[in-house]
Amino acid sequence: MILVVDLCFKPLSLSKYEFVDPIAGIAKRKGSEYEVVHFSELTENGIERADRIILCGTALKDGLYARRIDLFSWIRDLDKPILGICAGMQVLAAVFGGGIVPQPKIGLDGIDIVKETDLLGPPRSIEGYHLHNFGVTLPPGFDLVAGRPGEVEAFKDAERAVYGIIFHPEVRNRWIVEKFDAL
Amino acid sequence: MLLGVLFSGGKDSVYACRRAMETDSVSCLITVVSQNPDSYMFHTPNVVWAKLIAEAVGIPQLTWPTAGREEEELSDLSDAIAAAVDGYGIEGVVTGAIESVYQAARVQRICRELDLWCYNPLWQIDQLEYLRLLVSEGFEVIITGVFAYPLDESFVGARIDLDLIGELEALRDRYAINPSGEGGEIETFVLDGPIFKKRIEILRAEKTYENYRGRFSIGEARLVEK
Repeated sequence: MILVVDLCFKPLSLSKYEFVDPIAGIAKRKGSEYEVVHFSELTENGIERADRIILCGTALKDGLYARRIDLFSWIRDLDKPILGICAGMQVLAAVFGGGIVPQPKIGLDGIDIVKETDLLGPPRSIEGYHLHNFGVTLPPGFDLVAGRPGEVEAFKDAERAVYGIIFHPEVRNRWIVEKFDAL
Repeated sequence: MLLGVLFSGGKDSVYACRRAMETDSVSCLITVVSQNPDSYMFHTPNVVWAKLIAEAVGIPQLTWPTAGREEEELSDLSDAIAAAVDGYGIEGVVTGAIESVYQAARVQRICRELDLWCYNPLWQIDQLEYLRLLVSEGFEVIITGVFAYPLDESFVGARIDLDLIGELEALRDRYAINPSGEGGEIETFVLDGPIFKKRIEILRAEKTYENYRGRFSIGEARLVEK
């Protein structure tokens, strides 16, 4: 089961349709089992039952998740694949000792994949949709997978299947979520 | 949260409004009326009749003119949204964007500049599921414009029902059209739905069609009790 975690400022917000449902929809169309839960309503049992976890993005003005990093300490010792998208990547950065830094970007732009991973494949350029006010700095022990040190597009824990991408894969890059589901 | 919905009277803006009314409070409908029939940003046919829908759902409408020149449309939209902040105290904007990165990114930038929330509650929705949802929830939607091969004259003015959705699905599979028309293939107008306190009756309309471009232009319409 894929646990799709809603990071928006409240459960069942109007943003859920935009940032959570499209990700859950990719799993649904693939025929995968999934559950959607808001980050304030996560339970140990729900996390335990998941095979893999996706932390979704939020609206540009939404910053509550960054003030409640304490609610994500369970990620530190997780031993299953996790993918953070945009706000979700920022949460992963903060949990593992990286930073969340002002770095606004809106719209389609090229993304240089610089390191081969199981998720994003070999180095090449792709195009992705960006919608964020904040970016990240690399946490210790993480590899830069796409972008450059001053503008991290994707990272991965050097040892574990902990991935972050700052762009939104539901636009033109649904294959990333499908690939994550198959890791 | 008080929200303003970018509103053309087409199905996407009406359904986005419905979703916004379920989670938040919609204090105004913002209609930008373009003088350019090929507007980059704004749905044009029958947009003057959006005022009837606003009246039918009981939400004030703010209308704003634009000459419809590509980048000027954006500053006009920004001015319209700023007027909605002043007049109705909105804290966020709702759009009916489904796939259009062009449209969505531009509205996101305007909202960021004005320090407003931006919501796109139909973003990336499965288009056929969405059309079926409109029908099952009781929205009466007619096609007011077709602008792509192979949409024939029978679609102009037709009501979206399950049979018509089946036809659009077949055309999607064969010709790769967007079944909900977000690529500009189809434009629509909503006559009734669960958020309507009254329904719209069309008294006079003119149908034109040539070379896979057709319009159903409303000439006279009124609100009637449901």
